[in-house]
Amino acid sequence: MPQMNMIQALNSAMDIMLTRDPSVVVIGEDVGYFGGVFRTTDGLQRKHGEHRVIDAPIAEGGIIGAAIGMGVNGLRPIAEIQFADYIYPGFDQIASQLAKLRYRTGGDFFAPVTVRTPCGGGIRGGQTHSQSPEGLFTHVAGLKVVMPSTPYDAKGLLISAVEDDDPVIFFEPKRLYNGPFDGDHDKPAVPWSTHPGGEVPEDYYSLPIGRAEVVSAGDDLTILCYGTMVHVAQASAARLGVAADIIDIRTLLPLDVATLKQSVEKTGRCLVLHEATRFSGYGAELVATIVEECFYALEAPVRRVCGWDTPYPHAFEWEYFPGQKRVMVAIENLLEEE
Amino acid sequence: MEQITDATLLDIHRRMIRIRIFEETAGKLMEDGKIPGALHLYVGQEAIASAVMVHLSNKDWITSTHRGHGHLIAKGGEFDQMFAELYGKATGYCKGKGGSMHISNLDLGMLGANGIVGGGPPIAVGAGFSNKFRKTDNVSVSFFGDGASNEGSFHEAANMAGLYKLPVIFICENNGYGEYTAQKNHQAIVDVADRAAGYGMPGVIVDGMDAIAVFEAAGEAIKRARAGEGPTLLECKTYRYFDHVGVRGMGLSYRTDEEVEQWRKRDPIESLEKRLADQGILSPEAAQAVHDEVRTQVQDSVRFAEQSPMPDPSTLLEDVYAA
Ligand SMILES: Cc1ncc(C[n+]2csc(CCOP(=O)(O)OP(=O)(O)O)c2C)c(N)n1
Ligand SMILES: [Mg+2]
Repeated sequence: MPQMNMIQALNSAMDIMLTRDPSVVVIGEDVGYFGGVFRTTDGLQRKHGEHRVIDAPIAEGGIIGAAIGMGVNGLRPIAEIQFADYIYPGFDQIASQLAKLRYRTGGDFFAPVTVRTPCGGGIRGGQTHSQSPEGLFTHVAGLKVVMPSTPYDAKGLLISAVEDDDPVIFFEPKRLYNGPFDGDHDKPAVPWSTHPGGEVPEDYYSLPIGRAEVVSAGDDLTILCYGTMVHVAQASAARLGVAADIIDIRTLLPLDVATLKQSVEKTGRCLVLHEATRFSGYGAELVATIVEECFYALEAPVRRVCGWDTPYPHAFEWEYFPGQKRVMVAIENLLEEE
Repeated sequence: MEQITDATLLDIHRRMIRIRIFEETAGKLMEDGKIPGALHLYVGQEAIASAVMVHLSNKDWITSTHRGHGHLIAKGGEFDQMFAELYGKATGYCKGKGGSMHISNLDLGMLGANGIVGGGPPIAVGAGFSNKFRKTDNVSVSFFGDGASNEGSFHEAANMAGLYKLPVIFICENNGYGEYTAQKNHQAIVDVADRAAGYGMPGVIVDGMDAIAVFEAAGEAIKRARAGEGPTLLECKTYRYFDHVGVRGMGLSYRTDEEVEQWRKRDPIESLEKRLADQGILSPEAAQAVHDEVRTQVQDSVRFAEQSPMPDPSTLLEDVYAA
């Protein structure tokens, strides 16, 4: 099986979709001639042409709005917003237009737009290059929201996102682009070839949107996580020798409630992790879901480990990032709670 | 037109040297992994910040960009606090919380570098509004790039400044690229100054490699603004010598080395120094002495930053709210 890092897997997904479906186009800042600041679109313009892989001005509202118009009018655009931190100038087009088109036209028309955007911290990017704004998008009815944690998932889910007739906001945890980062920044970086998720078929395949994945199974507790935190969770549980059901949410909206429920009914204890700030974060939705669905199975309160409720600081990257230390403390406390 | 004095020329010259040496040093420290994060360096564009800022006092506001060190230095930024901020130290201008891309200082009237392209212009409009509202003759100056002139925020800001006739100067530093995309691939015009017409203000083009030309053009615009005659869009044609991030200048995939060499032949510091020497204002030896003096200051400040303490982690949660 070929090895790919997440960038190559995403590139492969777009290459395949551009090849299979003549209505697919890619648009974004520096995506064409240059091949993307993270190299995700490298070679695609050369192969598929300037009319299909389109360099856009620095105008996120314009990029997303234009993608909507393209989508309504027969194309299937993949819009890249270079960092999730730059998505806010385009937020109005996403929240007011893209998400609502189908509903407000009574199902008459829609825009099958995929917005790809790198998110998350751990790269010393400071407050405008590290954010995890997924919760702002899961709060908008009409959007689907996806965040893979491996190259394999990234490719299969991106293909599904492009094929989906609904708008998908596709978050790419950029600290995972080149390897499975587990939160230990002192350790030398490891490549994806060391991880089974780095095995990626060359050909077309898709993974269903709406399905979480149990990445490791255990009876002690359930850990709900996605993106980079999947790897932090696995490393933390391993270090403690704890048998955890670690569930990679993968598609935040629609949420695979059944998989979550099945696990928490088994373990009775649940920890929720994300990099994003805690208050009103996506974790709050997970906690509420667990409490609503599994209340009588719970043996302890559902707990969260998240980013602090501050902007992402320049100086305190590893105090801010919810790394193994904080996760391990939370696991130990949760297992002791009566 | 305001006659430029020898003292002002020397002042501009020193600001340019301060920027160049700071930037070259910071870039090296970033490449060596000592300064965390990405630095966008101002080398090549020094004439613009320097020749604009000599017209301003600390009560005049500026908004800056991701490429903001030069603006802060020209506005009076101290090397100690600047390097410390880049290093993420407690002694930095923002206590290490902002970093290169968000460095700011209110006392100097520097409302901030900005990690968000197009973040600055509307804020400059508000600062200008406030100056007018409080009946001061202070102005605000918004620096931004050719790439940023495509953001809606710039157009909204320019329209408001024109509408309210505000004391705001929009300074577009057109270096021909937004990141890795050449201007011809990101906008259909050659002169960003053309956009002024749409917002009821004059659009002026100046050679951004010529400090004296920038001084004169900025002086006119600032005089107009102080006199209550409204905003100006001043486009300075310039070039960044280095890559979008870091210090590599040559061998880049998106521009030619010949192009870089052409622009470097018109180096703003060299040409100013030649002029100062020809006019007997500053001998080459005296110019060299300025370089040496600044270099020593930079080295001292790097040491200051490296020896400064990290912020206490308990301060992580501070300054989110007023109390
Ligand atoms: C809203 C937003 N979009 C995109 C970016 C990424 N970005 C950072 S600098 C830059 C190019 C800016 O070009 P220009 O305004 O010409 O300034 P220059 O870098 O040339 O000084 C881009 C696209 C960003 N920081 N913010
Ligand atoms: Mg530019």
